[in-house]
Amino acid sequence: MARQMTGAEMVVQALKDQGVEVVFGYPGGAVLPIYDAIFQQNDIRHILVRHEQGAIHMAEGYARSTGKVGVALVTSGPGATNAVTGLTDALLDSIPLVVLSGQVPTFMIGTDGFQEADTVGITRPCTKHNWLVKDTAKLSEVMHQAFHVAKSGRPGPVLVDIPKDVQFATADYTEMPAARTAHYQPRTTGDTAQIARMVEMMETAERPLFYTGGGVINSGPRASQLLREFVAETGFPITSTLMGLGSYPASGQNWLGMLGMHGLYEANLSMHGCDLMLNIGARFDDRITGRIPDFSPKSKKVHVDIDPSSINKVIRTDVGIIGDVAEVLAEALRQWRARGSKVNKEGLAKWWAQINEWRAVKCLTYKNSTTVIKPQYALERLEALTKGMDRYITTEVGQHQMWAAQFLGFEDPNRWMTSGGLGTMGYGLPASIGVQIAHPKSLVINVAGEASWLMNMQEMGTAMQFRTPVKQFILNNERLGMVRQWQELLHGERYSQSWSESLPDFVKLAEAFGCKGIQCTDPKDLDDAIMQMLRYDGPVIFDCRVEKHENCFPMIPSGKPHNEMLLGDADTQGVIGAKGAVLV
Amino acid sequence: MSALNIKKGSTSHSAYELRDPNTPVIESHTLAVVVDNESGVLARVIGLFSGRGYNIESLTVAETDHASHRSRITIVTTGTPQVIEHIKSLLERMVPVHEVHDLTVEGPSVQRELALLKVAGHGEARIEALRLAEIFRANVVDSTLESFVFEMTGTPVKIDAFADLMRPLGLIEIARTGVAALSRGA
Repeated sequence: MARQMTGAEMVVQALKDQGVEVVFGYPGGAVLPIYDAIFQQNDIRHILVRHEQGAIHMAEGYARSTGKVGVALVTSGPGATNAVTGLTDALLDSIPLVVLSGQVPTFMIGTDGFQEADTVGITRPCTKHNWLVKDTAKLSEVMHQAFHVAKSGRPGPVLVDIPKDVQFATADYTEMPAARTAHYQPRTTGDTAQIARMVEMMETAERPLFYTGGGVINSGPRASQLLREFVAETGFPITSTLMGLGSYPASGQNWLGMLGMHGLYEANLSMHGCDLMLNIGARFDDRITGRIPDFSPKSKKVHVDIDPSSINKVIRTDVGIIGDVAEVLAEALRQWRARGSKVNKEGLAKWWAQINEWRAVKCLTYKNSTTVIKPQYALERLEALTKGMDRYITTEVGQHQMWAAQFLGFEDPNRWMTSGGLGTMGYGLPASIGVQIAHPKSLVINVAGEASWLMNMQEMGTAMQFRTPVKQFILNNERLGMVRQWQELLHGERYSQSWSESLPDFVKLAEAFGCKGIQCTDPKDLDDAIMQMLRYDGPVIFDCRVEKHENCFPMIPSGKPHNEMLLGDADTQGVIGAKGAVLV
Repeated sequence: MSALNIKKGSTSHSAYELRDPNTPVIESHTLAVVVDNESGVLARVIGLFSGRGYNIESLTVAETDHASHRSRITIVTTGTPQVIEHIKSLLERMVPVHEVHDLTVEGPSVQRELALLKVAGHGEARIEALRLAEIFRANVVDSTLESFVFEMTGTPVKIDAFADLMRPLGLIEIARTGVAALSRGA
């Protein structure tokens, strides 16, 4: 006998059936019935945010650090439009989210009603799929389908738009197993013949390289485990994109560091010089490839991706394998072992000798100072003082994000939350709260720049209310550092609008929110200040005053190939031509 | 490039991808896309093209299976082989999309378009229009003392040719449906 309930009750029931424990949201007129249903139960915890963008980023942080689907609930109109940035962010970084939005009642849709927006129209290009549910009888099935779509195949955000009258009306509840999901079943097992081609190529390659990405993390911990085994058994070097950090441990022998625009010298030159590129769950993003015609010109390329539209989109590959990373790696390892685990030992030895020469350049070297805190030094100390702790890192977007990726080491997947594809300033603070909600006992640090951090600083209120002891480690250079760096390199040192005037006093701001503020200006005091932050049981806003004009190196200037990277300030004169200046 | 001027030997009739993917040749392809007839599905498909800067030469859509609410969208698009492949895989990954067929690659197909043409004129031009319509097997579906409305079906090239002939004879308006296409054989 089917259970009868209101649409609002269906929403809550479906969330429970899907195993949801936390919803990040903000109430409003068009979602009042759902909030009423939430009020009358104790299974699902609601985290009241201060702005809907914060809700989506918190759900992203929650999802990315747990592997579960993140859930957010927003009202119609402005509630939904405020969610758009977060949805786009989750789409580009393949984060599974279910976002529920209220809508004006069905009979008012199209009348320009109060707080009405064409939410499914606005969010169509920034979701994997979305639904406007006009009939309560269909609501529970759509809810289950939404979770299925969000987490199947390449994960991504979905949105369910629910008019208020649909929330009030009563209908039969469709139980989870009865929901029709059969026709959306993306392929997860790779083609064994293609995998065999990959394994054959691996046996003979002289200069092979694993190039891994966020797909390894999305595939789950087993994928990281299999990747580690494969790297250990082959002895191949491995690099990763920003999104893939942690799938292979930073302390691992074969680790070359991150690649890309601000990646390590040895990683990028290995990409340029390899003869076999094994792309596992990355997507040849433009931050990775640099100039396409000069991208890794001598290599055969294997691309493993769960999304067929990623293969051959930007870079033509020799072997394309459509499938889930863990399943493909398991099959590849099986074949590899069955064939006797052979590698080209001589070639590989020469390759490592070459790589070690590149490593010896020590591309992350910077000029330290005894009077002013260098941002790199701040991150080195943060790394040293938190190493081995149960630690999660989020970031905002800009120079600090790249330095964090360069100077912090990630030993495990799901420990690093950053806005890669969209580059959303304001991501890190709410994301850190989402992570802390999922891992209340762990250390969660948001490495931030002062400008990014201000974009969603209202969420400190959320952090206080829900007692999430998130540490906001702000590298404050009173500049939009990355913009300033590009203006220096590309726009004749005309620093148009790229400094932060009238900054708040961050210590007083912390006091105003009721948490702890720390300011540090002297490198000698830094260790004590960081320890003070770590020891404090509650949220901390750490104002780390750093060198104002530090540039982030290495850097592949836009429009240049990997082998033309800049290592330091001396390299930067006239490096980017007019063509490169057009690129971002 | 008109819809039927397809480079022969692109890949058709072969199990293998024989085209050189790096050639910047712009090809025209006819895609048949079977979708759930739910609200917004057409916007979703069109948005894919506009959002990524791809071309739609023509597009037709109607529900073809009323029992299971399936619609068939026929799209004629142009692009490099790489772009065409990307379009197909982007269509395939959409949730309401059931099937994507590239009729240009999958074998011979028939393509037809319907057009209505209004031609106004007097005397010799009017008689000439009627005579040409007969040659092109266009039907007169409306007639006044000053005008005809012709209806014709055919390939887009044939309709172009007829429209070109009608222009000096007083063509004042034309409506075209876009291409509908099916593969040949069973």
